[in-house]
Amino acid sequence: MANDLTSPLDVDRIRKDFPILDRRLAGDHALAYLDSANTSQKPQAVIDALTEHYARHNANVARAVHQLGEESTAAYEGARDRIAAFVGAASRDEIVFAKNASEALNLVANTLASGLADDPRYRLGPGDEIVISEMEHHSNIVPWQLAARRTGATLRWFGLTDDGRLDLSTIDELINPRTKIISVVHQSNILGTVNDLAPIVARAHEVGALVMADASQSVPHMPVDVAALGVDLLAFTGHKMCGPTGVGVLWGRGAVLDALPPFLGGGEMIETVSMEGSTFAAVPHKFEAGTPPIAQVVGLGAAVDYLTGLDMAKVYAHERELTGYALQRFAGVDGVTIIGPDTPEGRGGTISFTVDGVHPHDVGQVLDEQGVAVRVGHHCARPVCVRYGIPATTRASFYLYTTTDEIDALADGLERVKRFFR
Amino acid sequence: MSDSLYQEIILDHYKYPHGRGLREPFQAEAHHVNPTCGDEITVRVAVDGGTLTDVSYDGQGCSISQASASVLHDLLSGQGVDDAFEVERAFVELMQGKGEVEPDEDVLGDGIAFAGVAKYPARVKCALLSWMAFKDAASRALATEGEVTR
Repeated sequence: MANDLTSPLDVDRIRKDFPILDRRLAGDHALAYLDSANTSQKPQAVIDALTEHYARHNANVARAVHQLGEESTAAYEGARDRIAAFVGAASRDEIVFAKNASEALNLVANTLASGLADDPRYRLGPGDEIVISEMEHHSNIVPWQLAARRTGATLRWFGLTDDGRLDLSTIDELINPRTKIISVVHQSNILGTVNDLAPIVARAHEVGALVMADASQSVPHMPVDVAALGVDLLAFTGHKMCGPTGVGVLWGRGAVLDALPPFLGGGEMIETVSMEGSTFAAVPHKFEAGTPPIAQVVGLGAAVDYLTGLDMAKVYAHERELTGYALQRFAGVDGVTIIGPDTPEGRGGTISFTVDGVHPHDVGQVLDEQGVAVRVGHHCARPVCVRYGIPATTRASFYLYTTTDEIDALADGLERVKRFFR
Repeated sequence: MSDSLYQEIILDHYKYPHGRGLREPFQAEAHHVNPTCGDEITVRVAVDGGTLTDVSYDGQGCSISQASASVLHDLLSGQGVDDAFEVERAFVELMQGKGEVEPDEDVLGDGIAFAGVAKYPARVKCALLSWMAFKDAASRALATEGEVTR
């Protein structure tokens, strides 16, 4: 039996949608894929959508007058409609396609730093402050460090509490009238913590600052409604939510996207070009220079259809059950320490831990020999490791297809790791 | 299972490292990190009259990276500079050989235990971390030989 939780999902049936989950690995081991926070596996419907696009509809978008061009454009723009609905965007024009979440974050950091916006609220300069947190993925740290260096703005951050949560005790000082933007993660990719953004949004809007959320780890796993979150900008990526690699999404409130200057220049982002200067297309095309990732967007549309068909509330409930089960299971493994919240409240199904006396790289290697795929290292969130005084962690991350059997395989594997290095 | 990777010799060097700890005097040191996993190592090289009188090290990381540093200390401390670089070249060649290079025990000693690591591309960097730091430190030590740091 694959699943003995009170999960609302029929996981046995869902697993049949993911051909890779049947793979046998070296040594004829079954695959226990516990690395979905790194990238998720893809259902057949998404694989078929990609194949179908290339086999029957391939053409460039928004340029061709022929039938294939119109089919391709309809598929590309149709995906935008469904993705907009998926996150509760007020308009399809609020969805901008990028190559990944990193590019979406860089788009905002770079356009604010460019100094090209008409409205001074969208221009960073000396004396301005940018606020991030110690919990961020490097992709939500480095773009802001670069923006601060370019503009003379000051980068500040929320610290972390000992139990793996944002320390909001200094919020009123940290977010102040000098603050231009706060960019924080919705669900941490290393700690699993889900941040309540409401107090940050409330304080930010008191002082007239923008709020951006890195939702790469939340949009795939829970219902996310941008209006309910109250943020101004939000980034996520396709490949962590059953979609293909090569496509990320920037959602922005219409007025905010209108106010930001263009990021990359090129084809299809313009209104008119002369040798003396150019005017630009309206959003979202203003931010989509060059041929976009057409097949990937079509594939992401299919992924969103798949997730919508399952119901994101049920996906969330399933993962919450799994998380509770895993935390309890790991608590019973001697020498294993959870890094991050150790109860299912306010956290998602991404669990980092250390094993006494064994380096994570060695943990991951021995688990791999048993077919258990986890990620090891600092997970592109090195400041978190520094904060908790550890060089790296082993991370198990779950998704809608994860079973308790796989979590058991991990727990058993950890016993074997300990025996091996004892 | 991981037997081809985790040879008993490697686990022994990991659990009971030889010559660990940074010592003086030395002419040069190098600190290298593996940015993907956070492993780090510092290697110090002392040279006297064409001989590596000591290769000392300290670091943190996985069994492969730390055992490799222990083997490096054993193989290179007390060696002539030219012989040491020959061993270094042989180890690098073994690690980059995708598991198809037959190691020479006369040259590499316990280092032959790392032959299996060469079949795991993700771990080759771990095994080479201390050797790259050594190469870096040794080159600088030779450039400054005579000016002993205290």
